[in-house]
Amino acid sequence: MTNEFWSFIFGRLTWDVLPLHEPIVVVTFIVVALAGLAVVGALTYFKLWGYLWTEWFTSVDHKKVGIMYMVLGLIMLLRGFADALMMRLQQAMAFNGSEGYLNAHHYDQLFSVHGVIMIFFVAMPLITGFMNYVVPLQIGARDVSFPFLNNFSFWMTAGGAVLIMASLFVGEFAQTGWLAFPPLSGIEQSPASGVDYYIWALQIAGVGTTLSGVNLIATIIKMRAPGMTLMKMPVFTWTSLCTNVLIVASFPILTAVLTLLALDRYVGTNFFTSDFGGSSMMYINLIWIWGHPEVYILILPAFGIFSEVASTFSGKRLFGYTSMVYATVVITVLSYLVWLHHFFTMGSGASVNSFFGITTMIISIPTGAKIFNWLFTMYKGRIRFELPMMWLIAFMLTFSIGGMTGVLLAVPPADFVLHNSLFLVAHFHNVIIGGVLFGIFAGINYWWPKAFGYKLNQFWGKISFWLWNVGFWLAFGPLYVLGLMGVTRRLRTFDDPSLQIWFIIAGIGALVIAGGIAAMAIQFAVSILGKNKEWDTTGDPWNGRTLEWATSSPPPQYNFAFTPVIHDNDAWADMKKHHAQQPTKDFLEIHMPRNTGTGVILAALSVVLGFALIWYMWWLAILSFVGIIGAAIIHTFNYDRDYHIPVEAIAEVEDRRMRLLSGAQ
Amino acid sequence: MSRPIKFSLVPILALLLAGCSSDVISPAGDIAMQQRDLIIIATALMLLIIIPVMVLVVLFARKYREGNKAAKYEPDWDHSTHLELVIWAAPLAIIICLGAVTWVSTHLLDPYRELGRIAPGQPVAAQVEPLEVEVVALDWKWMFIYPQYDLATVNELVVPVDRPISFKLTSSTVMNSFYIPAMAGMIYAMPGMQTRLHAVINVPGEYKGIAAHYSGHGFSGMHFVTKGVSDSEFDAWVADVKASPDMLDRNRYLDVAKPSEHVPVMHFAGVESGLYTAVVNMCVERDKMCVSEMMSIDAQGGLGHAGVDNLAPALYGGGEKNRAPFGPQKTYVAAICSTDEAIAMTGKLPAIAAPDSTPLLGRGLSRSEAIATVNQPALAWLAGKIASLETIAAEAL
Repeated sequence: MTNEFWSFIFGRLTWDVLPLHEPIVVVTFIVVALAGLAVVGALTYFKLWGYLWTEWFTSVDHKKVGIMYMVLGLIMLLRGFADALMMRLQQAMAFNGSEGYLNAHHYDQLFSVHGVIMIFFVAMPLITGFMNYVVPLQIGARDVSFPFLNNFSFWMTAGGAVLIMASLFVGEFAQTGWLAFPPLSGIEQSPASGVDYYIWALQIAGVGTTLSGVNLIATIIKMRAPGMTLMKMPVFTWTSLCTNVLIVASFPILTAVLTLLALDRYVGTNFFTSDFGGSSMMYINLIWIWGHPEVYILILPAFGIFSEVASTFSGKRLFGYTSMVYATVVITVLSYLVWLHHFFTMGSGASVNSFFGITTMIISIPTGAKIFNWLFTMYKGRIRFELPMMWLIAFMLTFSIGGMTGVLLAVPPADFVLHNSLFLVAHFHNVIIGGVLFGIFAGINYWWPKAFGYKLNQFWGKISFWLWNVGFWLAFGPLYVLGLMGVTRRLRTFDDPSLQIWFIIAGIGALVIAGGIAAMAIQFAVSILGKNKEWDTTGDPWNGRTLEWATSSPPPQYNFAFTPVIHDNDAWADMKKHHAQQPTKDFLEIHMPRNTGTGVILAALSVVLGFALIWYMWWLAILSFVGIIGAAIIHTFNYDRDYHIPVEAIAEVEDRRMRLLSGAQ
Repeated sequence: MSRPIKFSLVPILALLLAGCSSDVISPAGDIAMQQRDLIIIATALMLLIIIPVMVLVVLFARKYREGNKAAKYEPDWDHSTHLELVIWAAPLAIIICLGAVTWVSTHLLDPYRELGRIAPGQPVAAQVEPLEVEVVALDWKWMFIYPQYDLATVNELVVPVDRPISFKLTSSTVMNSFYIPAMAGMIYAMPGMQTRLHAVINVPGEYKGIAAHYSGHGFSGMHFVTKGVSDSEFDAWVADVKASPDMLDRNRYLDVAKPSEHVPVMHFAGVESGLYTAVVNMCVERDKMCVSEMMSIDAQGGLGHAGVDNLAPALYGGGEKNRAPFGPQKTYVAAICSTDEAIAMTGKLPAIAAPDSTPLLGRGLSRSEAIATVNQPALAWLAGKIASLETIAAEAL
């Protein structure tokens, strides 16, 4: 066989691209491979493959898709956090002429992949998971508008994650930072596979995100229970609606800009090159026109979670519902008018910089109003300090600081000295951890009993809470200080020995956070495997106020046997107040979508397509592309898409619930 | 609930502690000093609202805890027009103040703006000529060209204190950011483009200068020393550099520009005229056409299809290496460097019709004749250029 034949088959994929010379990666690979084999072995031994395939992978039930999103996000959190720990260790070590333990090739991949994973494959899946699980329940719907599309969206996101993980062991990841600015990310400066992994992983996951945005908008607009006008929607549903509007309006920009970058890299166009009329500034503008709304895509649902938590655990209606809704909408609109604050230092001129600085500050007004609304929801309430409420308090204190440093960075002359510094790094971790992640943790503790029928363990939850909070300030307080000392980000080695102590403190903080993650894992394990579960037989363990608490925990496949009628924005609290009785007979058949494996197949083919494009295996790219189109067409001929749940089955489920309820009371 | 509060104070306390050693908090230049003041003003303005909010969070959380039956409980209280007004007006008031501060300070501290003062109450004297420094971000070192002194350095910036400095910045390959925390805020340096920065150093001393935007593998080692010195020390330093045997011409520049890490300080006693302009226009290699020339030609209508006749196969940046798999052969726009070549090119021009850009209005409708001559100005410009080249050539001979 000639070389030409092999390079036709495998493109540029050769033995040389395997990172065998990087002992850290090799050890990681061995550990991951062994763990993977153990999982596969266990699944095979316990004959769980069939169960997983029929009950989960192919499921179009929004609740199961939501849980799969959460699982994906939590697994990827471990990967992203491992990268963070490695960076902290490197920066704590690399002083006094020491090169640390990571070479530039490895370290530069780490900070790039850390950002990409944390935003696209941790925060996004976790947020999307919540929206998937909770929104249909909150609006009294039986599923999302397009259940198959939902399953497909999830698998596309998972497909992107698979490609990112593959880059660890086959080839390399981008060494460009998480937004891959050209000209550094162009073919001239980065000819290897790294940026291609970046492009195709994000493109594949982006399809999923965009479609899930379309799906949830349609769901919220069209599938609300009778009586639920827009201004009677729960706040979490409102924030989800705004987030999905942002997704649908901004992700196509990301898709377009990455397509242009891919064209530059594959067919030699000059959109973002330095010569032949290209402009890298165009890329930076475009990617931030997506990138800034992305920040609000993540934070708005977290705000929604906190709104639910605040009113539930204060035992009180949410203060200022209307102003909360308007604040959300104002943030949604304004999030498109601020992108330039990410690069004041490009030299746009004083008037342009001032405009974008001031629009950025204006966003803090509705955000401030929201903080006040939560505050006055607590006022004259009866606050129960359950875990979700603890996360809310921690959020309000942490996020206020993060918001303040954010507004500070919006003042262009201040940004000139703080841009790209560790102060900036501390700021965005302050709002993303203190806002988005704390919101997710509040949500996990809040909705877990709904999803699984029992509460999470309090003891380990509290340990995790305190470790996270202490660890957060230990890890990022020093970065604020270092930023004010003029230390910039993404540095691998340092000359000034007086800085080392701060990096060591930050490293200790990261270890404390690691403890928080471990405590959370123990919390899950103890809750799932433990014998003394706090079962929730009522479906309403927290004395909730919105519709998801009106059904059983976990909800039946069809969510609600009868579609509820809504009279108030705290629909369930209103029903409880008026002692609404759930009908126990005269059920009707329920029309449900049938599971399908097409989503898994399409996403798997997309991963193959991405992999083939990354490694220049053109025959495989063509084949898998044709496969995708073919599979999609074949799916359109699948007429066996739905079924009806018979009345008897519904009656049985509902009777069981009634017995549980009467037993519980 | 007091623990979160305590921990949220950590950065603020740390900030105060760091005050003594921090370049941003205790800078050595007037611009950075004003930027520092602005950070403090903005922070103070925002603390006006942040501190009450944080205190109220803790107070309310404590007072309205479930165990405290003495506290009022009004489960249906969810609206108060007065409170809503305060809730929206208080942040609005702060932002109006901060917005005004932002507008004024952004204009006053615009890096493109020439300095009006070198320190509070010390306007720039009329006869003082700012020190001009042309900065090139290379992989992975900084080059400083002093056009007024006809010298250049790598990784060493020496400036007289209290003399305004006018920086022009560009980059050779990728984007970077030029940052001397003790002197002034940062500004991007981008290939094929020029940015500006005006600043001054008031206190003699050595300060760190850094690359603040990730630019590839050698990025961490890409820093330089900045020295603020007295006028006499500066003169001595100039003389010292002038004694260096090394000269920076185009070839030497291309040699220095090759990627290298942890580069020691270099001195060049002389700089080829027009080198910096050539770097900005990406035409240090003599056979590449400068971007400014291309833009000039394009501004006058362009050369039409003839514009692609002077593409030459790329000899730089690794030649055939790093080529897009389906891309065309890598090329660059060749300079019109000899009269013969220019004449050869213009000679071909009449044979190629100018692109017809009038919209097709429909079958049988004729187009305006004027459009066909759209590239006339470009041809005229080129003819003028050739004529002057011929004159120069004749004079040289």
